[in-house]
Amino acid sequence: MTVGLFIPCYIDQFYPNAAIATLTLLKKLGVDVVYPTKQTCCGQPMANSGFEHLTQGCNDLFIENFSEFDYVVSPSGSCVLHIKDHLHADKAEDKALGIRKKIYELTEFLTDVLKVEKLTASFPHKVGVHQSCHGQRGLMLAQMSELVEAPFSKPLHLLNMVQGLELINLKRPDECCGFGGTFCVAEEAVSVKMGKDRVADHLNGGAEYITAADMSCLMHMEGILRRQNSNVKVIHIAEILNAQEF
Amino acid sequence: MSTGAKDHAQLSDIFNKDEARVDWHDETLWFVRAKRDKAANSLPEWEALRETASQIKDNVLSNLHDYLLQFEANAEKNGIKVHWAANGEEHNKIVHSILKESGVNRIVKSKSMLTEECHLNDYLHKNDIEVIDTDLGERIVQLAEEPPSHIVLPCIHKKKEEIGDLFHKHLGTPEGASDPVFLTAAARDHLREKFITRKAAITGVNFAIAETGEFVVCTNEGNADMGAHLADVHIACMGIEKIVPLRKHLSVFLRILTRSATGQPITTYSSHFKKPRPGQTMHIVLVDNGRTTQLGREDFRNSLKCIRCAACMNTCPVYRRSGGHSYHTAIAGPIGSILAPNLDMKNYADLPFASTLCGSCSNVCPVKINIHEQLYKWRQVIVKEGYADPKKAMAMKAMDFTLSNPSIYKFAGKAGRWVLKHAPFTVNNKLNLWYKHREMPESPKQSFGEWYKQNNKND
Amino acid sequence: MTSREEILAKIKTNQPGARPLPADLTTVPGGMESIMQFKTVLSAIGGAIVEVANFEEITKYIQQEFKDKKRLISTLPELGSVTESGWENKDPHSYEDVDLAVIKAHFGVAENAALWITEDLMQQRVVPFICQQLAVVVNKVDIVATMHDAYNKIGDAEYGFGSFIAGPSKTADIEQSLVLGAHGPKTMTVFLLG
Repeated sequence: MTVGLFIPCYIDQFYPNAAIATLTLLKKLGVDVVYPTKQTCCGQPMANSGFEHLTQGCNDLFIENFSEFDYVVSPSGSCVLHIKDHLHADKAEDKALGIRKKIYELTEFLTDVLKVEKLTASFPHKVGVHQSCHGQRGLMLAQMSELVEAPFSKPLHLLNMVQGLELINLKRPDECCGFGGTFCVAEEAVSVKMGKDRVADHLNGGAEYITAADMSCLMHMEGILRRQNSNVKVIHIAEILNAQEF
Repeated sequence: MSTGAKDHAQLSDIFNKDEARVDWHDETLWFVRAKRDKAANSLPEWEALRETASQIKDNVLSNLHDYLLQFEANAEKNGIKVHWAANGEEHNKIVHSILKESGVNRIVKSKSMLTEECHLNDYLHKNDIEVIDTDLGERIVQLAEEPPSHIVLPCIHKKKEEIGDLFHKHLGTPEGASDPVFLTAAARDHLREKFITRKAAITGVNFAIAETGEFVVCTNEGNADMGAHLADVHIACMGIEKIVPLRKHLSVFLRILTRSATGQPITTYSSHFKKPRPGQTMHIVLVDNGRTTQLGREDFRNSLKCIRCAACMNTCPVYRRSGGHSYHTAIAGPIGSILAPNLDMKNYADLPFASTLCGSCSNVCPVKINIHEQLYKWRQVIVKEGYADPKKAMAMKAMDFTLSNPSIYKFAGKAGRWVLKHAPFTVNNKLNLWYKHREMPESPKQSFGEWYKQNNKND
Repeated sequence: MTSREEILAKIKTNQPGARPLPADLTTVPGGMESIMQFKTVLSAIGGAIVEVANFEEITKYIQQEFKDKKRLISTLPELGSVTESGWENKDPHSYEDVDLAVIKAHFGVAENAALWITEDLMQQRVVPFICQQLAVVVNKVDIVATMHDAYNKIGDAEYGFGSFIAGPSKTADIEQSLVLGAHGPKTMTVFLLG
């Protein structure tokens, strides 16, 4: 099994540690991982702004980079969802469809494909889990509070395998952080307020770290935490699942 | 946005100047969402109910033509006069002409979002007809000369002290009195007099049954019934999508409507009007006002399944922090944002963007409208139809050029982190709205791509 | 073309292909459990429950609990000794000063404590809405479990007006504070008979 590692643009540029942890973790679990170096972005920022018709360049490049792998894995629920829902190619629609079927967000790949039941990670800290909307409601990584259905959570299932990790409780377990792509500047006031409220929920719960399966939400919350001079840090879930802190 | 008018972002910015008030607004509506959750969870068959309701509504839309004819025939048989209005203006004219014929110039009206959509009050006011809104929340916003900010809780944006001030000014209650029990009692006395003296009553319609020609009006206060049963003339105004095929389908909708809206198991009154009472005349105005156009939009037609419960508003993290008025349309929130562009794409081009696409709205929707997906699709339509900001369009083209060319992307990345300048959170924004309340992400020494190149060589 | 023709024509062009109606939802049968639920829900929505064996007990209850009330009316001949006679068939506005109206319901629904009352049981449509306090008599055997059972029971019954009434009139329009007695009755008493 060969996995193509898809590292979204902003993770590549700002959060290389999340990407390194993803790569290391997958290798540790015995997966043959390849990182196609010519990748850039999934095109979501444009599409969510109403410019999906301009994303063909991104789509073609994505297909060129990833169609040959057995699976495509990425540490970003949001980018994965975008590919799953919107990857098209006039010239190679079958390849696009193939990728849409074989692309996985990291925690769902670990849970559903690798069926990981044991990890050797250790992270002795109080951690708040932010349920990123696109991962949770879009990819259904976890049950949603609006539905009357049995609970489950792929990220929590994995975090529970991490030694020393203590999960904190939130008053609103799955409210959006307000990042929302271009929303974060187009609707600056509401975006910031949503971010502040989400961060406050984690702070009130006593979190030392806020984690998520999506770095974009964390980037947003980090911006707010740092502005507040808070000691609380954000950390991608891959970094925790790969951590060896004692 | 039309020139001079403020868009959702600007109106939200104003709303957010008072953070304590935003917190209060958010908590109040979250409380309603929590009550909804409790009610939903009390029924193990909740998701099956939603699915059933959704399928009934799908059937309605696919057979609307025949159902409307069936409804009309049955209603007429029952002694109800049926009118058809192509748009808001015609609706207003019909209502006005009925009132004129009846020689009535003072009326009571219970809650009807349709009449808000058609701006009936303004129209009648200009024609010297006095309209008293009898739903407490609607009466409050009417006294404040504001539109409702929420379709179920019209004055949810107002604090009790502000309502006390309004009542002091208009109803003569003691200055400073703000206890909800006291204020409600004052409104009861004030409005009883109106019910007793007005000869015509307008109500909305929650459901209209094709099979029987009856219509159902749901209220907690009893104001629709007080108005209708005391008036000589009852005019019920409804959008054409309110049709339900069979009477027994009401069981499904009455089970989910109020549980979704307020967490109650049912409204206090679910009144079934089938025939006028002896001596009374009863009218129904069936209104299109853009609905048939929306029916033809494949991606958006199922917005017409909406039963106006407002669950999507209560759960929407944006609505809770921007207030209903920021949507500058009769129906606010996520559902309003997918309905409004159908009526006026230019004026409401901002609304589909007033969302993070978090998807909570679609999950609470009792008739399973894919609201957040429609928001995404409206964005595409609005851009294609040329209603997007031209500067944004240029930036997007530049972005696509860079992101589809790996070598340029890498060069741009090295030259001071291209993403920092062009990523969504900073795109085309000289004032850098990100930085106003958030720190920028720190630039690492090397990107993952650079790290990978280095470490792969060492492998 | 009239607006009617225009609207219908546009619908015909724009409506999607046929979609079938779903099967009815199946419901659990009622029983004693339903009565318990009815009582619990009614209390939760601000109603009062009084279990009685016969109309004498209702009469006695009204005499005791509503003795200071001036105008008591009822559609039930069994309560003639404690209610006004000859009140029927007047102008609906004339009931504005009714303190208590006692009427009968066809049946009650356990899941929401709603009572189904048609206009033949109201005498005048406005009665259960305009009175200051409302009391409704329902037979214990006539409590059904859910709204599905309710509409099965209603079937294709003929009526000019009917209403599900669940508790006293209420509002929470001011800051979500629940207040009983908006425009309709301030209290609702249900006499559970049998």
